[in-house]
Amino acid sequence: MSTSGIPKTYKLFIAGKFPRSESGRITEVRSAQGEFLANASRASRKDFRNSVVAARKAAAGWAKASSYLKGQILYRIAEVLDGRSEQFVKELGARGFSQKKAEADVAEAVDLLVHYAGWTDKYQALFSSVNPVASAHFNFSVPQPSGLVGIIAPRSGSLAALVSAIAPALLGGNALVVLAAQDALSAISFAEVLVSSDVPAGVVNLLTAQRAELVPEFVKHMDVNAVLLCSDDVDERKNAEWQSAENLKRLSLHPDRALARSPYHILDFQEIKTTWHPIGV
Amino acid sequence: MKSEVFPFPARRDSPAIDQSGVEERAQRFCARSLKKESKMSALKLAVSMLDVTTLEGADSVGKVHQMCQKARQPLPGDPSVGPAAAVCVYPRMVSTAVKAVEKSKVRVAAVATQFPSGQMRLKERLAEVRYAVGEGADEIDMVISRGQFLQGEYRAIYEEIIACKEACGKAHLKVILETGELMTYDHVRYASDIAMAAGADFIKTSTGKVPIAATLPVTLVMLQAIEDFHERTGRMVGMKPAGGISNAKLALQYLVMLREILGTKWLTPKWFRFGASSLTNDLLMQIRKQESGHYQSGDYFTQD
Amino acid sequence: MSANDFLAGGFAPAPESSDHFTIKKNYDLYIGGKWTQAAKRFQTSNPATGEVISEVALAGTKEVNLAVKAARKAYDEVWSKMPASERGKYLFRIARLLQERAREFAVTETIDGGKPIRESRDVDVPLAAAHFFYHAGWADKLEYAFPGAKVGPLGVVAQVIPWNFPLLMAAWKIAPALACGNTVVLKPAETTPLTALKLAELFDDAGLPPGVVNIITGAGETGQALVEHPDVNKVAFTGSTAVGKAIRRSVAGTGKKFTLELGGKAANIIFEDAALNEAVEGIVNGIFFNQGHVCCAGSRLFVQESIASQVIKKLQKRMQTLIVGNPLDKNTDIGAINSAEQLQRIKSLVKAGQAEGACLWQAAGGLPRKGNWFKPTLFTDCAQSHRIVQEEIFGPVLAIQTFRTPQEALSKANNTPYGLSGGVWTDKGSKAFKMTTGLNAGVVWANTFNKFDPSSPFGGFKESGIGREGGIHGLSAYCQISH
Repeated sequence: MSTSGIPKTYKLFIAGKFPRSESGRITEVRSAQGEFLANASRASRKDFRNSVVAARKAAAGWAKASSYLKGQILYRIAEVLDGRSEQFVKELGARGFSQKKAEADVAEAVDLLVHYAGWTDKYQALFSSVNPVASAHFNFSVPQPSGLVGIIAPRSGSLAALVSAIAPALLGGNALVVLAAQDALSAISFAEVLVSSDVPAGVVNLLTAQRAELVPEFVKHMDVNAVLLCSDDVDERKNAEWQSAENLKRLSLHPDRALARSPYHILDFQEIKTTWHPIGV
Repeated sequence: MKSEVFPFPARRDSPAIDQSGVEERAQRFCARSLKKESKMSALKLAVSMLDVTTLEGADSVGKVHQMCQKARQPLPGDPSVGPAAAVCVYPRMVSTAVKAVEKSKVRVAAVATQFPSGQMRLKERLAEVRYAVGEGADEIDMVISRGQFLQGEYRAIYEEIIACKEACGKAHLKVILETGELMTYDHVRYASDIAMAAGADFIKTSTGKVPIAATLPVTLVMLQAIEDFHERTGRMVGMKPAGGISNAKLALQYLVMLREILGTKWLTPKWFRFGASSLTNDLLMQIRKQESGHYQSGDYFTQD
Repeated sequence: MSANDFLAGGFAPAPESSDHFTIKKNYDLYIGGKWTQAAKRFQTSNPATGEVISEVALAGTKEVNLAVKAARKAYDEVWSKMPASERGKYLFRIARLLQERAREFAVTETIDGGKPIRESRDVDVPLAAAHFFYHAGWADKLEYAFPGAKVGPLGVVAQVIPWNFPLLMAAWKIAPALACGNTVVLKPAETTPLTALKLAELFDDAGLPPGVVNIITGAGETGQALVEHPDVNKVAFTGSTAVGKAIRRSVAGTGKKFTLELGGKAANIIFEDAALNEAVEGIVNGIFFNQGHVCCAGSRLFVQESIASQVIKKLQKRMQTLIVGNPLDKNTDIGAINSAEQLQRIKSLVKAGQAEGACLWQAAGGLPRKGNWFKPTLFTDCAQSHRIVQEEIFGPVLAIQTFRTPQEALSKANNTPYGLSGGVWTDKGSKAFKMTTGLNAGVVWANTFNKFDPSSPFGGFKESGIGREGGIHGLSAYCQISH
């Protein structure tokens, strides 16, 4: 990247720490021009399993955190990311983004975070209902986080695409295990932003790995409640659907590109709970 | 008598009552259907459980005398029906009633303790009890001091009931909670528990003088209190819903509920009464209808 | 004194009359508004007596194709072009007709399925009518249900429903599907086809255009052929989790939308500060409603240890008053087990419970000699590891465990692959909400149980299903939403 600076070591992000893959495997990442950039860790099934354990441990606490706090943390991510935008523009540039495109991508990522920071305390009202049942009961339905969500991010190295996939599930109170593209160096740098933004350890775990190796693990793991799969691969989608049946995992299929801003993406990782209580003295 | 008094029950010892749950359960008894011989025996049982009542300022010797004849012989010519369990009158009318029911099984009940409000010093209220008993009343229907209950003076209620029970001597004591003034089922339950601990022979819903009288759900709450008390102490207590039970169908729903909550042991005038003035003839008309297959007219039933 | 005498504790028989309507000896398939014959037929019988009631057509692949074709034609040519408000009017009319023929549907449901007439009369049929009435009103208001999004119909919907609430499930499925502009092919359960077929008669009376709803009867293979039909846009299924998973796999890669309402093993948690008498009644309604053939049944009871003996005693006393017998009798509380097969399953799980060391208790009293019956049953001394605690029994069998703290109750209650429903009983409001929030289940009843309403979304977490039915949240199951 720079001949005078210190080259960065890119690792995985699990339970708030940056370990290397337990498998010891790496993938060499080179620039569009063929210049060596880094050795990205290549996560294994065991790394994935450890991530799920970390996410499950963090899930209840994050689900319980107040919407206000979640909003502030998402906004904080935007602040920190904005402050480091130069670094991300550089990283994206090295992976073949033009300067202009890289700048726009980072700016969009920041904007997305700001946008979704504002949803943390509003989607509940939008997707809740008080139900006028015929009997003397107070009856209401509210969204609750699905729990542990696997995010299989778009393949493009776009930071905005990664954020568009993570933010809705995150702000909805889910703990995440994210599979980024094998060569997505900016994804690991984004994890550094998360660490600096008071996202509790384990709430987001981020792996770089070979997709074909880990996607089936995501959809088959019995302790994963839901998966977002960004994919245009017909077989990958079909297999994921098939494999998700084992624990009736919620599987949200999306094309392999950034998700448009929409509160309905938050709803994809919520379960509606209906509560009945009698009205009386 | 003393042995029937149990320690003053703490508020927290009475279980919470859920209004909608109680009302739902009560509604379920209404879905029970009594047919043929079961209906007939329930109708006749209901007649035998009547406390035929008159509690008016206009009550006179003539009125009470006529009512007593009806209680003795509800369906002239059919000795299998009746007599009613008791007649219920003001203390002044007790001696008239006692004479009128002579040589029958009909008992005489008197309301006392400044019925219906109870708003008088305990001394005078107890004097009224003694007077009624002295006139020959077999049973006393007392009212509790609802004002004091609502003020939170629960122990005063316990004590006034103990005092009344003592004043009753051999007469049976029915304790009227006036549930329409206590308003919540929680209150009704606690008042029931206090009354039973204080030695009540019966607990009774209402005076009939306030807009809300006996209902199925409030009676259910009281029956459950009786059940729990019996479970705990082994002592049986009677139940008397009063006011608002004006037709046979409703009366049978009470009996179905009674049987299902407390069992067949309670299916006797000794342990259950209806306080009613207009229920009698509807029960009689239903009995005739069951026998003859024809729907009946009021012209064929005496109005006393 | 005869046993029927009131003083002896009896009720004289009080059977609901069934002489004001007929159940035909033969039913065909309702396809494209016409009654269509099939090569094969099968019998449906009364589980309370074993008597055959009627013979119905068995739809094979050919008939499934015909039905989907009819639904597609109706969708393309009529239903998708009709103004939404007109769609709504048909649904209102259906609700009204169902109310008018309520008694006939109730009696038919009870004869075909074995449930007590009190329930089919007071719950199944009125709720079914209410579902049509509720969804009728949505037909022309869907744009308000999805703020900021565009909404449209899906097309042809395949619906497969179970035998525990035959008419009610048909209404749950058909009403929102039609309101949202879809056409339907519905397959009722093999053992309970009659009310759905009567519903077809009623659609005719309502003048519903041919093919908008098609009813095809048959067994598992019929359902499978329907679900796998390539021209179906959406699959809605209520039934077992095992079949639900198979359906999930079968729609993989097809782009079909799907909703699944599956099994459950609900925890009903009773705290020492609960309104105990009402809680006991809630336990009874929770597990003995519809013979326990209820996916959301409160089949696991958690009692705070301090009141366990008191609650169990009250529960046993209450269970003694439950009347098991002729489902057509108005006083019957617990009817017949739906099929011999289901009875066998209940018996084998109960046997497993005894073998694993749980303590069995059953109410006294005999059972009718003919037909399928099972006594109201409870097990004490149960542990999480027992099969009767883990597996859905789908019968009148309650497994009781004790707990000491709210945390323990929650963690045990959630320790299951299911997540359909749950119950909490406490007089303390803050505790009630702490528990209802913590239960991982789609429907939570606090100080009540087994309540249903068309305006109230129903459906499960985890392996209890995907999607909701009823209320505003149920609409998305039948709509194409673009945002």
